[in-house]
Amino acid sequence: MTIDSRLRAWVFAIAVFVGPSSLIAQQPPPAATDGFVPVESLGLQEQLPAAPLVMTAYAVAWVVVFGYLWSIWQRLGRVERDILEIRRRVEGAPRR
Amino acid sequence: MKHAFAILAVLLAAMFAYAPVLIVGAPYESTMGLVQKIFYFHVPSWIVMFASAFVCGTASGVVLFTRSRSADAIAQAAAELAVVFGVIGLITGPLWARKAWGLWWQWDARLTSALVMWLIFSAYLLLRKYGGPGSEKLAAAVGLFGMANVPFVYWSVNLWRTVHPTTNVVPTLQPSMGFPFLWCALAFIGLYGLMLAARVRLERRRAELDALYLQLEDNL
Repeated sequence: MTIDSRLRAWVFAIAVFVGPSSLIAQQPPPAATDGFVPVESLGLQEQLPAAPLVMTAYAVAWVVVFGYLWSIWQRLGRVERDILEIRRRVEGAPRR
Repeated sequence: MKHAFAILAVLLAAMFAYAPVLIVGAPYESTMGLVQKIFYFHVPSWIVMFASAFVCGTASGVVLFTRSRSADAIAQAAAELAVVFGVIGLITGPLWARKAWGLWWQWDARLTSALVMWLIFSAYLLLRKYGGPGSEKLAAAVGLFGMANVPFVYWSVNLWRTVHPTTNVVPTLQPSMGFPFLWCALAFIGLYGLMLAARVRLERRRAELDALYLQLEDNL
C-alpha cells in the first residue's frame, strides 16, 4: 500500500464518519421575522407590573420586623411573670 | 438606660415613617424602573444581617475562650437577628429578581452563598434550642463559621460571574438615590441596635429565671 493510497483511505474514512455527523449537527437558520408583535399580546411574564412586587416587599419587611418585636415582647412578658412567681415561691419556701 | 431606649425608639419610628416619602421621591432607575425601589429596604436588611453575623461571630469567639455567659447571650441574640433580617433579604430579593431578571431565584454565587449563610445561622438557633446542655460551645463554633462566610458572600459578586448587581452600586449612587438609601440604612442599623438590646435583655432575664429555679430546688 503506497502513501497516496493510505492518504486516500484516510480521507475516505473521515468523509464517511465525519461528513454525516456535521450535517446532523448543522442547525437550520432561524426563520425570518414576518412582523413585529405588539407588547399587549406578549405573555404574562413580560407584562408583570412592578407595583405589587414593591408593595409586597415592603409589607413583608414590616410584617417580619413587627412580628419579631411582638415575639420579643411576648417572651419577655412570660419570663417576667415566671420570675415573679418563682421569686414568690422562693421567698415563701421553708429553708432546709 | 430606659430613657435612651425610649428616645431611640421614637427617633427610629420617625425615621421609618419618613422613609416612604424619600423612597417615593427618589428617581426611577433607568433599566429596572419602579421595582428597583425594593433596593432601599433589601440592601439595608443584608447590611444588618452581615453586621449581626459579625456580632454573633465575635461574641462566639469570646464564648469559646472565656465561657462568658454575657457574651453567650449576645451571640444567641445576634444569631436570631441575623436569621430575621436574612428572611427579609431572602424574600425581598426574589421579588425584585422576578421583575428585573424574569425569574424568582438563580443558583448563582451570590444568592447561593447568601442562602448558605442564612442556613448556618438557622443551624445555630436549632442547635441552641435542641442541642441540650453543653451545646453552646458547638454553637459558638458554628457562629464563628457563619461570620467567616460574610466576606465570601460580600465579594462573591465581584469574584464570580453572577446576575446580581456588584458591590460597586452603592458607592457610586447618585445623591438623589444615595440619600434615601443612607436614611434607610441608618434606620435599619438603629432598629437592629434596639432589637439586639431587647433580645439580650430577654436572655439575661432567662438566666435569672434559671438561677431562681435552682434556688427553689435547693430550698425544697
